[in-house]
Amino acid sequence: MSTHDEVPQENSQPQSGDKMKTTTTPHSLADVASARAVKAPGTQPLGSGLEARGVHAWFGKKHALKDVTLDFAAGTVTALIGPSGCGKSTFLRTLNRMHEFIPTAALAGEVLLGGKDIYASGTDVTKIRLRVGMVFQKPNPFPSMTIGQNVLSGIKLAQLKVSNTDDLLEECLTRAGLWEEAKDRLNEHASALSGGQQQRLCIARSLAVRPEVLLMDEPCSALDPGSTFRIEQTISELSQTMTIVIVTHNMQQAARVSDYSAFMLSDGGPGELIEVAPTNELFSRPRDKRTEDYVTGRFG
Amino acid sequence: MTVVDQVKPGMPWLPTKKEKSQKFVSFLLALIASVVLLFVTGLNGKLGWVFAFFISYVSISFITEYRKAGKPAAQDSLLTSISRFAIFLAIIPIVSIVATVISKGWRGLHWGLFTQDMSQATVNSPITEGGMLAAISGTLIMVGLALIFTLPISILTALYLTEINGKFAGIIRFLVQAMSGVPSIVAGLFILSSIVYPITQSYSGLMGALALSILMIPTVARTAEEVLLLIPSDLREAGLALGATQWRTVAMVVVPAVKSGLVTAIILGVARVVGETAPIILVTGGGDATNLNPVSGPMGSIPFYVWKSFLLGGTEESSQRTWAGLLILLIWVLLLFMAARFISSRTRKG
Amino acid sequence: MTDKIPRVSNTITPVPRELVTQPRKSDQLFRVIVTSGGLSSLIILGLILSFLTFRGLEVLRLEGLGLLTSSDWSVVEDETGNVVEQNYGLAAMLVGTIMSATIAVFVGVPIAVLTALFLEFYAGRKIRSILISLIDLMAAFPSILFGLWGFLVMMPSVEYWAKLLNKYLGWIPIFDVPAPVFTRSPFIAGMVLAIMIIPICTSISREVFSQTPLDRIQAAYALGATKLAMIRAVVIPFGRGGVVGGAMLGLGRAMGETVAVYSVLNIVYQVNWQMLFGAGGNIASLILLKIGEADREETNALMAAGLVLFILTLIVNFIANFLVNRLGKTGR
Repeated sequence: MSTHDEVPQENSQPQSGDKMKTTTTPHSLADVASARAVKAPGTQPLGSGLEARGVHAWFGKKHALKDVTLDFAAGTVTALIGPSGCGKSTFLRTLNRMHEFIPTAALAGEVLLGGKDIYASGTDVTKIRLRVGMVFQKPNPFPSMTIGQNVLSGIKLAQLKVSNTDDLLEECLTRAGLWEEAKDRLNEHASALSGGQQQRLCIARSLAVRPEVLLMDEPCSALDPGSTFRIEQTISELSQTMTIVIVTHNMQQAARVSDYSAFMLSDGGPGELIEVAPTNELFSRPRDKRTEDYVTGRFG
Repeated sequence: MTVVDQVKPGMPWLPTKKEKSQKFVSFLLALIASVVLLFVTGLNGKLGWVFAFFISYVSISFITEYRKAGKPAAQDSLLTSISRFAIFLAIIPIVSIVATVISKGWRGLHWGLFTQDMSQATVNSPITEGGMLAAISGTLIMVGLALIFTLPISILTALYLTEINGKFAGIIRFLVQAMSGVPSIVAGLFILSSIVYPITQSYSGLMGALALSILMIPTVARTAEEVLLLIPSDLREAGLALGATQWRTVAMVVVPAVKSGLVTAIILGVARVVGETAPIILVTGGGDATNLNPVSGPMGSIPFYVWKSFLLGGTEESSQRTWAGLLILLIWVLLLFMAARFISSRTRKG
Repeated sequence: MTDKIPRVSNTITPVPRELVTQPRKSDQLFRVIVTSGGLSSLIILGLILSFLTFRGLEVLRLEGLGLLTSSDWSVVEDETGNVVEQNYGLAAMLVGTIMSATIAVFVGVPIAVLTALFLEFYAGRKIRSILISLIDLMAAFPSILFGLWGFLVMMPSVEYWAKLLNKYLGWIPIFDVPAPVFTRSPFIAGMVLAIMIIPICTSISREVFSQTPLDRIQAAYALGATKLAMIRAVVIPFGRGGVVGGAMLGLGRAMGETVAVYSVLNIVYQVNWQMLFGAGGNIASLILLKIGEADREETNALMAAGLVLFILTLIVNFIANFLVNRLGKTGR
């Protein structure tokens, strides 16, 4: 995961093939993290922040997520890290009300978008999902549509009025980093693109409806390093106008792109939030022992 | 910590009491609107009610959703209402058919139904005279004979498709599909032209059995193929790795593993043909007297019994006979269906 | 003296060995038996085609294309019972077959597709399995049951609706009637057939819908789509081929139905495009009607009629197969 050498860094990166078996000291991850300027929240002119208050999640009788309280300030990038199965994706799905699609799902707690609980009765769930977008782990463009149609599909599905679709198309593809490669191929089917391009197409698609928050569920885990790099660049640019929450297995990625990191853990029971801090702090001076064990690679 | 542990799971996305009562109000409004509609347009009858209610309900839902959440939600409510209506339309005939058969047929039931045939009664005789012995025995014999022809061919076909899967597999699969589309009367015509006219010159139960087997083969073959495909290839490989020949592996490992699936296939095949009328009329004729000899002479059958009572009748008695026959047929199909379900659910659990 | 280091020649790529399996005699026999059993469907279908053609050939030559275009079916005898004139024209029956089957598809397939959508995307788990069982059960009902029920129960209601249709929409030619005879019309036959094909089309459509890839469905919802929007964007494009294939299978079934139609449709030897009018017929019912008392010539004609019906259903099934297999799977 850290074999590409295009990431700007001040110290030499260790050669590690596996993210967990790194032989680094916590400091080098923190150094990567401090290479990013941490944005002070509230200084950007943009949409809403997201606040999770005491969120629990169940699948039938199984308690999957326990008492997660976490603030995502507007304009920041927060990474959710932790070993597999600790509930990161489940938590992410509670943020845009995708959790309820699972037949036996249940929930407790609140999620506030711009101050209002998205689970309040009478809320129009489709409007919530327009404001909180999601990019999935495996790229999933609509195969029956062309590239151009895919980008604008969100507009069409929600029947939103747009004065100039061509401008919107170009804007979204540019922000997703796909315009140069796709501008002459807008009428081709989406399946003609490579994996990394398809994922950027999915990002462009979610941007078209102008979300205030973008949730990303391990968006690069199925991609090659080149595409990963481009998408991480995109994330940095996007965070200037929206709030981003990214679930990632890859600590170096978290260090590269996020302002804040939240470490979650499940020891056989429900997943819990262990610690959240600005990223370079979490990696250099973790307060909880479990966090320290994780970021130093003692388990994964 | 104990406070946190006592948090209860909830489902805030389910409709609240308020939303449910709003739905109820819409429902009532729709009822009122449909009454008005009926009054205005002069429609009547049960279907008229249903139609008027449907229009009212769809419109009211549409308007309510539009005011609440805009156009996409309103259109979504259209699909919800229309698809609900569709399932309603799909279920009504089943209910109606079963209700009709039971209500019109139960009076035709009597103990003699299974012990007497129609050789001494006509369709218009009092209901306690004459019965379905000829019909029931005839159907049993013909279906049984048909099975004898169908089973080997179907199973061999299924085995070819799954075990050998050679260069003919695509064609054969297509042909089995095509065969399932053969109209039943064409099957009858075929037997008529190939065997009855040139060779035997007379009706018989065997001819009927042959025609039925043409209709049965696709059903049994397809189901058999499905269950054979469910067997993981590990099983076959285990047999071959032990040094067994392919045919031994198939005969002693694969086929026993799908025994119950094959029984299901047979049941489905029988259910398919038990009510077939047209081919039987063409090549078996139908007798009033019980004929247990499949190779000579017309043989009765349940569909023929029903058909004859219907065509020749006009009296209350003949109507009762018709519907009693249909009731027997329905019960038979229901039993077969439940047996197939039972067997397949048992295999899934076991 | 010199060390002989084994050298791997790296300029020649090894040629794959040809692997030949010589099955045992018993297995060869097995293969022969199974293969011939498998080919039996080919044989049977071929035989059907051959015998029907063989018997019908004379009539085919006699009438030529007129078999399909003329609607006169009559055998005229003189006083001594000799046949004086024979005409065998299937046009009326052909039109009737196609029209009643088409009505069945027009009415039945939308209901079936909407029912399948309901079962797959709206129904709760418990009610869904009950409904699916009910519909599968209905698929097993014998056609004679539908026919007689249709005659007794459906005909009066459908007649009422036919009159209504004629009253308000009679200005459209197919809804007009030359005389107010509304019983036993192609419309009624079509409605009974519609109810017969709903279970099959529902099952096939539901199967296809259930295979819609979940990730595309989630993508649509995540974009803020309503259920309708999701279905239009993902489910329908994916399932189009399968649904149309199922519709064509229903069409084939409706064309070949005999007793279900016989009881609700008059046989009148006149091409009738006006579906609310009680005249027309379908090929299968004609065969059933005439076969009992037909002489040799007429029997041959009926065989020819059967051949026409068979080829018609073969074509429809062929197209259905093609659609279900080819277009259904790609998801485009």
